Amino acid sequence: MHSASFDFIFVLLLLSDLALLGSSRFTILIRTVSAQGVLLGLLPLMTGEDGNTFRHYALAAGVIALKGVAFPFLLNRARRQAGVSREIQPLVGFSLSLLVGILALAFSIWMGFKLPRPMAGTSHLVVPMSLFTLFSGLFLIVARHKALTQVIGYLTMENGIYAFGVAMAYQEPLLVELGVMLDVFVGVFVMGIAIFHINREFDHIDTRQLSKLGDWPQSAPASPEDGFMEKEML
Amino acid sequence: MNWLLAAIGVWLAGGVGALLFASSATWATRIGVASVVLGSVAGMVPVLSTLFGGPVLEFQAAWAIPSGSFSLGLDGLSAFFLLPTLVVGSLAAIYGGEYLLSYRNTKNIGMPWFLYNWLMAGMAVVFLSRNALLFMMGWEIMTLSAAFLVFFDDAKGNVRTAGWMYLVASHIAMEFLLVLFIMLGQEAGSLDFAGFAGVSRSAWLSGFLFVCAVVGFGTKAGIMPFHIWLPEAHPAAPSHVSAVMSALLLKTGVYGLLRTLTFLGHYQEWWGWVLMGIGLTSALLGILFALAQSDLKRLLAYSSVENIGIIFIGIGIGVLGVSRGSAALATLGFCGALLHAINHSMAKGMLFLNAGCILHATGTRRINLLGGLSKRMPLEGGTFLVGALALCALPPMNGFLSEFWIYLGAYRMRGIPGSGVVMPSLVLLAGLALVGGFAAVAFSKAFGGAYLGQPRQPEPQHFHRPGWAMRGPLLALALICLLLVPALPWAATLTVPMVQALTGFEGREILEQISSVQTSLWPLAIFAGFLLSLAGTLAGIRWAVLRGRKIGAGTTWGCGYAAPTRRMQYSATSFSQPLAGFFALILQGRKTEEKADGFFPRSASQSNSIPDLYLEKIYRPLFLWIDSRLIRWRWIQHGRIQAYILYITLTLLFLLTWKLW
Repeated sequence: MHSASFDFIFVLLLLSDLALLGSSRFTILIRTVSAQGVLLGLLPLMTGEDGNTFRHYALAAGVIALKGVAFPFLLNRARRQAGVSREIQPLVGFSLSLLVGILALAFSIWMGFKLPRPMAGTSHLVVPMSLFTLFSGLFLIVARHKALTQVIGYLTMENGIYAFGVAMAYQEPLLVELGVMLDVFVGVFVMGIAIFHINREFDHIDTRQLSKLGDWPQSAPASPEDGFMEKEML
Repeated sequence: MNWLLAAIGVWLAGGVGALLFASSATWATRIGVASVVLGSVAGMVPVLSTLFGGPVLEFQAAWAIPSGSFSLGLDGLSAFFLLPTLVVGSLAAIYGGEYLLSYRNTKNIGMPWFLYNWLMAGMAVVFLSRNALLFMMGWEIMTLSAAFLVFFDDAKGNVRTAGWMYLVASHIAMEFLLVLFIMLGQEAGSLDFAGFAGVSRSAWLSGFLFVCAVVGFGTKAGIMPFHIWLPEAHPAAPSHVSAVMSALLLKTGVYGLLRTLTFLGHYQEWWGWVLMGIGLTSALLGILFALAQSDLKRLLAYSSVENIGIIFIGIGIGVLGVSRGSAALATLGFCGALLHAINHSMAKGMLFLNAGCILHATGTRRINLLGGLSKRMPLEGGTFLVGALALCALPPMNGFLSEFWIYLGAYRMRGIPGSGVVMPSLVLLAGLALVGGFAAVAFSKAFGGAYLGQPRQPEPQHFHRPGWAMRGPLLALALICLLLVPALPWAATLTVPMVQALTGFEGREILEQISSVQTSLWPLAIFAGFLLSLAGTLAGIRWAVLRGRKIGAGTTWGCGYAAPTRRMQYSATSFSQPLAGFFALILQGRKTEEKADGFFPRSASQSNSIPDLYLEKIYRPLFLWIDSRLIRWRWIQHGRIQAYILYITLTLLFLLTWKLW
């Protein structure tokens, strides 16, 4: 019924994922993730085949409030408190990240063909796009160093799961979604606080340095220039 | 069953309670000890009732975990192993209450009490569970809490090594148990024990399952060659925990093996031979290594290997008897194994507590530094003697009474149908006799070295005299050992339902065998009575002769020298040296010495250590080899979270792609 606008949301989702993969500034990352949240919030309204009930509106409002407003607010606060503005020296460069993103997209589309669709009516884009969002999130976690980017990665990943869930099983997503959303909410909250404290304690939120707290031998100690640069950027 | 559920509940809650009150050592101890004792008393009610012919209890509850069910059962076998658990567990807890308080200024006392309570709960669940998943959960709780109790004194490097060895050995063994239960469950269609027994299997498959059970449960029981964690972990743990580990934790392995045997049914003959072979090796080598040790708790730990070996010989004889259709042999073997398990629990539990008293009082476990303690701690000395006599299997002590069944089984093996049993029977008899002799040497060394003679060191500055909370449990366990002497032959009748479940013979047949052994014990009892009365008479004569005369006290083992010093005494190591030297090929002791040089040597010294044969010759080279192969993959594990997430993602993607392809 809402097929065109439904697909449009998924295309926007794809673009936002690519934006996440390709940008280094935290403000842009947070803004993009917030936009993703709003898009996903609109999603329940598009799926209702026989008109939207109160439940749909409530879900939409809740999702937008959390993913579109609350999380970005928390992230922004964490960013300001930590005083970091951008991801420097990512593990995988930004253009290479985009390339990996394209590959992941191809893989997702292949998988979309392979995975059976539960309902005939759902759009072809649902499975590939939500999988791609999930992969983008995972990639952000793997390929970036700053703890803040990792939180954004987790959020993106959860967005993918959410998109998949709403589109696939819109009959009973409410309970599941509320559960997941609460989990993520607490997660982001805790991580925000943790980032603030880590930053205050160690003067940075670089996860490379944090892994040195473990007691295994370091194969390659970070060079002094490295640390210097970090300090300067902070 | 409600009583037992309540007991488990009390233990779990008491453990958490002790943890909550950890800031006050006194309250943590009170709560920890009280909950162990309370739970044990509650559990005693159904255990005793079932053991004395009461009904077999069952409990079932729904459980959300897939293919798991919260089903518990209390039959004869469970009750038989639970009884020493409750008795020794609570006595050791009372003992530990005082023992651990000496750490109150340096350690968190709540933690060991939490672990101890959960260890009790874990063991109870292992003995009671009737579902493989529940069993494994209990097993894991038990293993982990015991491991962390071993880690208690973790500032010492060897304690950490011991704890790790225990953890690694237990978890390698657990893999075998997982395979065992998964294969049993796959055939039966459910992981409930009830379904395991009735399934018919090919001979190959039962054989494979049997091997898994022997490796998995045998590691926990501490049989050779899987015993290497045992002589490390038992000395490292606090003494009341060593007592629990040796007396109870090892028995969970024995219980597991027996329980698995009831699932497998249709025993094959070679199982019996394998068990007897393993048992005899463990018994012989275990006691040989025990007599060469100079660390008291290590000596006791190796002696546990020996006793578990004897229990395994019994089980092996029983399996052979069943496979050859001889009710006599089957009864002798299984009944002897079960009775010996009880005796070992009581006596070895007591000896470990006793060793703890010595450690507490003098601060050392090295027998060569001890001596003359029986003058200062007569109660400890007396109880040690009782336990040592029991474990040497000297008549008429309880240890002898249970080994008697196994001796008789080895002897009667020649009477069963089929051939090829004469030689093994002779080897077993000779081996058991040799083990008994070695045990006598080992315990003479331990008792003589620690309690007799004179102190080999100048009196320690702080001689902590153990209080009644520590001496009471010793006395109780020694009394139990003495009470078991008349009670044990009679108690054998109680094992009929267990032997019936294990062998499949009719209860009447088994009872007949048991009563025939009981009758054959009468001459022995008369002889023992004669010996005791002779000893009594001699003591009386001595008292009568010495009455009214002045008794002078000379130096013990003064050897008639004019001015003997304490350093001229035989040391414990020199006591066992002739035998240890004879078996030097097996023991391979390491000796470092500085020889006396010239006519007026300034200094000379010698030190010996007996590293474990299997550890040195098999496990260390094996693990070093594995390590050298694996070191090149070290770059995979470098501590970066991102990469770990990548590994997980790639694995999941691979699996998904593989499935979808």
